[in-house]
Amino acid sequence: MSLSTALKTGDVTLLPSRRDENWRWTDLRALIRDLPAGADAETVGYDGPFAALGGQERVWVNGHAGGDSQITVEAGDRVAVGFRFISTRPSGNASRVSVRVRPGGRLVLLESYEAAADGAIAAVDLDIEVQDGGRMERIVLAADQAQSITVSIAEVTLGAAAAYAQTLLTTGARRQRLETRVAHPGADASVRLDGAYLLADQRHADLTTIVTHGGVDGATSQLTKGVVRDQARGVFQGRIVVEPGADRTDARMGHHALILSDRAEVDAKPELLIFADDVQCAHGNTIGALDKEAIFYAMQRGMSVDQARAMLTTAFVGEVIDRIEDDGAREIARGWASRQLEGAGD
Amino acid sequence: MLSIKNLHASVADKPILKGLTLEVPAGEVHAIMGPNGAGKSTLSYVLTGRQGYEVTEGSATLNGEDLLALEANERAAKGVFLSFQYPLEIPGVPALTFIRTAMNAQRKARGEEEIAAPAFLKLARETAASLKIDFEMLKRSLNVGFSGGEKKRMEIFQMAMLSPRFLILDETDSGLDIDALKIVSAGVNAMRSPERGMLVITHYQRLLDYIKPDRVHVLSAGRIVASGGPELAHELEAEGYDKYVQVAA
Repeated sequence: MSLSTALKTGDVTLLPSRRDENWRWTDLRALIRDLPAGADAETVGYDGPFAALGGQERVWVNGHAGGDSQITVEAGDRVAVGFRFISTRPSGNASRVSVRVRPGGRLVLLESYEAAADGAIAAVDLDIEVQDGGRMERIVLAADQAQSITVSIAEVTLGAAAAYAQTLLTTGARRQRLETRVAHPGADASVRLDGAYLLADQRHADLTTIVTHGGVDGATSQLTKGVVRDQARGVFQGRIVVEPGADRTDARMGHHALILSDRAEVDAKPELLIFADDVQCAHGNTIGALDKEAIFYAMQRGMSVDQARAMLTTAFVGEVIDRIEDDGAREIARGWASRQLEGAGD
Repeated sequence: MLSIKNLHASVADKPILKGLTLEVPAGEVHAIMGPNGAGKSTLSYVLTGRQGYEVTEGSATLNGEDLLALEANERAAKGVFLSFQYPLEIPGVPALTFIRTAMNAQRKARGEEEIAAPAFLKLARETAASLKIDFEMLKRSLNVGFSGGEKKRMEIFQMAMLSPRFLILDETDSGLDIDALKIVSAGVNAMRSPERGMLVITHYQRLLDYIKPDRVHVLSAGRIVASGGPELAHELEAEGYDKYVQVAA
């Protein structure tokens, strides 16, 4: 059951619902009565959030690929590419793309979700393969509309000594799920899965990750942070599975959220499922409010309460942004996040 | 300068200050000494507008302006600075960013122009050198991983940068070794001026060997129960607070 299958068939009974444990906090079946029809491809005349970095980009408009739906980075090549998923109509649309990084290749993927029309329902599926010794960094800015519904699922397969890093930044939508599934071979491959959700009003964002360590000597590091206010709802589901025999796995997961109003909500489910003996795994999960003493301290120095709160929330999220490796993308992400948090002191 | 009249204040409905009256004229340094629980820190928080500290009676004015009607940040913009007993750690905010944001917020509140980056950095370098603070430390998150002495030095650094009109030092000597105490005291003494007043809150006389007060007041059970010259601090050091605790009771 998935949103993309439901969109293709028009059958709402195929939508994931709370009866799936994995979707209990992001129930689409109860939300969507009718699936909207698709819309035609259109030309989009404005820049995406990563435009300042230049480089090639692929654009999907209302689910229609503007070019080839697959990209291959050849051995030894270094490539930066932008993927833009845009809904210009309140339509239903599904996009699929595959990415392959050959041995020793390097890719920086700058991905953006740009709902231009409110009320669109979009499904995006990415198949990502990073072969032996390849490196890939994926940075996602999800700027959806308040009434949009988006589900993005990335299936990631890694070769030996491959490095995969991603940072998802989102302001949520009516319902939004950004899911990442990683088949981790161990074998000196490394994975970093980070994210930040910055939610206001009645927006919802669900960051779900599943990493399966299938072999010895693998590393995974995860840091997700959230700031929710008004009646927004953040969901974090992080699962790390260490299969039998996947010894010397080093896996660390952190999820930390700030709740800035009484009616906001965060649901978190960190899971470590360990079936091997010789592993190092740890997780930390905290949910709290801004430190009132720190706010007073900043106010005593002259900052207004709004300024103090915005500074502290921006710093809180900054730890995630700082881990972005690509310099240009990191600064764009930083600016984007601080604009989203400007109103966080209200 | 600072004028406090019959000040009563409560924390969680418990009266802490019970009719405190105090005048600190411009150019003078006054010390407040007293036993634990006398209300010393409460006084500093009431004057700076911390939430949860409720004034039930009395007044506090700075140069005739009612402080108690203002928000904490408005009081800061009027020139009231508190050096915290326990300075906060602010992860993710470099010390320089924090101070520049604070400085510009104060300037904006006073209708002044923001300080330009080069002027700010020049001032920061000079001030850091005078307080023997490694400039690189100012690029790190404010107070995160700093020792007790470094945190206090960072308070004095902020004070020197913001150049307030009235300083409140809350137990600034706590956690300082003798070398740090000398540096911090020299930094405070450098700020003495005919236009500036200071209130030095301390439990021990030691700090007052370095920051010499014009007047010493004894705070006990929420009121000033004795006032005198610097000799009063020595008397307290020798005899303790016992007789003042009895007076207040």
